[in-house]
Amino acid sequence: MAPAVLLRAVVALTGRFPALAGVDLTVEAGQVVVLEGANGAGKTSLLRVCAGLLPVTSGQAEVLGLDAGRHVRSVRRSVGLLGHAPSLYDDLTVFENVRFSVRAAGSGEERVEEALALFGLDGRLRRTGAARLSAGQRRRVALATLVARAPQLWLLDEPHAALDAEARELLARVLTAAVAGGATALIASHEPASSLPLADRVVSLAGGRVVASGPAAAPRRSDAHVA
Amino acid sequence: MWRDAALVAGKDLRIEARSRVVLHQVAPFAVLVLVLFAFALGPGRGPMVHAAPGLFWVAVLFATVIAVQRSYGVESTEATRDGLRMSGLDPAGIFLGKAAALAAVLVVLEVLLGVGVVLFYGASVHSFGELAVASVAGTVGLAAVGTLYGALSSGLRARETLLPLLLMPVAAPVLLAGTRAWQAALGTSGAGAGDPWLRLLVVFAAVYLALGVVIFGPLQEAA
Amino acid sequence: MSAVAVARRHRLTSVVGAVGLITLGLTVWLGLWVTPPDKVQGDLVRLVYLHPPIAWVALYLAFGIAALASVLWLWPRTRSAMWDRLAVSSMEVGVVFTALTLVTGSIWGRPTWGVWWAWDARLTSTALLLVLQLGYVALRRIPSDTEARARRSAVAGVIAAVDVPIVHFSVNWWRTLHQGATVLNANLSPTIHGAMAWTLLLGFVSVTLVFVWMLAVRYRIETLGDMVEGADLDTALAERWAEGAVPEPAPTAS
Repeated sequence: MAPAVLLRAVVALTGRFPALAGVDLTVEAGQVVVLEGANGAGKTSLLRVCAGLLPVTSGQAEVLGLDAGRHVRSVRRSVGLLGHAPSLYDDLTVFENVRFSVRAAGSGEERVEEALALFGLDGRLRRTGAARLSAGQRRRVALATLVARAPQLWLLDEPHAALDAEARELLARVLTAAVAGGATALIASHEPASSLPLADRVVSLAGGRVVASGPAAAPRRSDAHVA
Repeated sequence: MWRDAALVAGKDLRIEARSRVVLHQVAPFAVLVLVLFAFALGPGRGPMVHAAPGLFWVAVLFATVIAVQRSYGVESTEATRDGLRMSGLDPAGIFLGKAAALAAVLVVLEVLLGVGVVLFYGASVHSFGELAVASVAGTVGLAAVGTLYGALSSGLRARETLLPLLLMPVAAPVLLAGTRAWQAALGTSGAGAGDPWLRLLVVFAAVYLALGVVIFGPLQEAA
Repeated sequence: MSAVAVARRHRLTSVVGAVGLITLGLTVWLGLWVTPPDKVQGDLVRLVYLHPPIAWVALYLAFGIAALASVLWLWPRTRSAMWDRLAVSSMEVGVVFTALTLVTGSIWGRPTWGVWWAWDARLTSTALLLVLQLGYVALRRIPSDTEARARRSAVAGVIAAVDVPIVHFSVNWWRTLHQGATVLNANLSPTIHGAMAWTLLLGFVSVTLVFVWMLAVRYRIETLGDMVEGADLDTALAERWAEGAVPEPAPTAS
């Protein structure tokens, strides 16, 4: 079966700046990979390339067996991205926001209720306008949307930021269930300790390239980069 | 595509119903434009009545620019724009949905403006049907081009000044044709004089709707 | 592109430019001194050797090339940076020619109409065209990465190009269907015959050649600009790699 993510010598530019300067990464289906690295190392850009949001200037990028350049829309339909900032419509309620995303993806609307209930967003919060939510609550809504869409590839950018312990727990459970069902996950974090329990592999990024990669338990740094 | 369009149109209209920006800000602005024109042209009724059709469409044009900026303002952050791209919606559907919502909002504005024009400038309506058809056709055309240029300039740094510069020249034929059609409907030009203009408005709307459906996909990728 | 090929193309461009300017000079000489004045318009008719050619180049050639190049860029199978460069070069040079059309048109109309500007069909459409082109150029100036900028420009080019015939028709109808057309509608096209016809033809050829020359020069500037950017990219990549080589501070265990 095709790997979930296949990146070879990928160079991607944001403006004139090479956010990714030659990335090689292969992620098999059903794996959970944690991307770690300092700010500016290229974690977000890598996730965006996998989401089909950032075009690749050179190199090969295949997501779920599809070329990320030629089959962008198919890629996006099968991928779920949790970005830094949640993309919510301020003037719509929590329920309406999630329902819009679910309908857009063509999934059934029962999932909306399930997802909302799972993250404690039913009840009073359901009818609250998105503008009045706290950062943590917005994150939960974004997560609920993701869960409701049930993508094959989960791309999580700093998911633990703004999430309280309970929500982190929920995320871990949801992710484990999804992976058990065959999904793959890429988690970018500069606080990798929180995600380690879930991870099969940890990949280190620096300067837009992969500098180290290894199983979660083993030392994460290759010998060439002694701190 | 149609399902996606309905979804997006519904979303935009729901946001408008909730936030009422057009109602509370754009509509008063449009009425203000009419009043300012009266200052410029009045107080004698003569020049105002004569210019009424043109003034109506100029006011509509200004309102369109603002309404387009509002339409894309709901997706003002990179995150929401990404969200729309990631949503899996057909770009042609997004285009039609946004254009439809914009057109609906503009039509409501035009009713308001039309009443204003009749009241303020003392115009009298001969053929209401012609008036309605011309206005709807013109509005659909404006909504189509507006949605296209709005997408083009959304997320860019100079978008507030860029949008009018891009939109106005392309919308000029609508202004021309709409004015002439209204003149015919208000009885200030000969009978049947409005027909070629009506046809132009319909052609304009059809052309830009078709173009938008085809080109919105590639356009979105530049966000 | 190899250095020899670049040099050869550069020389060809210069040759075209030289020929263009020479024929232009010839046109001017013929137009001003050799051809006879018109019965109705007198010496003013001499502008016919320049104004229509310039107008044709601005409207059909410049806009047409830009539109075609935009479509070719947007079509995935023919996409190439070449089309983007061609589109912007054509539009920018087109701005010059459109402005010149307005100026020569205005000069031509002044003695006939008595005013520097009149809302006749051609001048009005051309003025709108100029604003369309200026909008394109303004859009282009917004800093962005090459791909996004090319995409936006191509779309703007197509939208504008589609509008050109619509503007033409509507403005024409505006003038001709409008009752009470006055002297402002006076037909500026004189009858052409004999030596005048040859001069007019020469005018078209020479103005077209000058346009092609300016287009080629502008294209070259754009290509060189892209090459510099490419070199910039290599530098940027090298810097980026250097970032990665610096040992990271040990992550604090939380």
